[in-house]
Amino acid sequence: MDFASAQVIGAGLAAIGVGAAAIGVGNVFGSFLESALRNPAAADSQQGRLFIGFAAAELLGLIAFAVAMIILYAR
Amino acid sequence: MAAETKIDPMHQFAIQPLVPLHIGKYDVSFTTSSAWMVAALALIFGFMALGMKRELVPGRWQMAVEGLTGFIDDMVKVNIGPKGKRFVPYIFSLFSFILVCNLLGLLPLAIVGVHPFTVTSQFSITGVLAVVSFSIVLIVGFWKHGLKFFSLFVPHGTPVVMIPLIAAIEFISFMVRPFSLGLRLFVAMIAGHILMEVFGSFIVSGLNGGAIGGGVSLLSFLFIVGVAALELLVCAIQAYVFALLTTLYLNDAINLH
Repeated sequence: MDFASAQVIGAGLAAIGVGAAAIGVGNVFGSFLESALRNPAAADSQQGRLFIGFAAAELLGLIAFAVAMIILYAR
Repeated sequence: MAAETKIDPMHQFAIQPLVPLHIGKYDVSFTTSSAWMVAALALIFGFMALGMKRELVPGRWQMAVEGLTGFIDDMVKVNIGPKGKRFVPYIFSLFSFILVCNLLGLLPLAIVGVHPFTVTSQFSITGVLAVVSFSIVLIVGFWKHGLKFFSLFVPHGTPVVMIPLIAAIEFISFMVRPFSLGLRLFVAMIAGHILMEVFGSFIVSGLNGGAIGGGVSLLSFLFIVGVAALELLVCAIQAYVFALLTTLYLNDAINLH
């Protein structure tokens, strides 16, 4: 296998992590909505925590994307 | 087979000098990046100046400005408490600058021949913003608590045997903060713009490909409308998350834990 094709395959494999982060972000918002509907009065006060959880889950997906880009454009 | 068209999604992030300027061996040219930063500054300044008339009965514009400042004020008050009052101007500048820069980069100005440049898609910019936030946290922490600031690395109620391990983990998580803060904003912006660029070029090249190509074109068009809406949301969320995390880190430095 030559370098260029290995590079593209590697970048594609690294991009799987982005999909995994999508599951994580969906989980964060899904769980928030589920519990917000059970107790709407407490939902507003937890919005800050919602976005902290979102930021943490999203960061890992973005790192996976950055790794994919580094592999794809490495010389 | 149609002529091979090379999609170059990275080209949009290239910085072009508008007014070349060199001092010694340093390149300090006025670039596209600087031009869009000035535009963002002018927009924020105009928006604020028009709403700061302090009328007794606020008009629409003043309500918008008060809504924005009140939003940041609330966020700082909830997360830091009354001691955070003096950091409201910094958090506000951070939030409005990032938000306006993100949104400016998304404007469809290419129709009139101006190519928008997203200032926040460069790690040098977001990295500096993150380092500034981190330095403020360090300065405030050491100023207020002196060497007691290091107790940040040992949470309450840690068993004595666990202290070296927990302190090491807390230290690493503390030092990673500026990187994660800057990386998140920069990668979120760059990913969104690459996605839009790639699907935008699918629309154009699909039109040359007969019936199937036309179908691809139509699907890409519908997709990109959704992505554009999502990107607007991401712009706002990323600006909010940057400001929120800065307040949380400041809260650590001011109140310890």
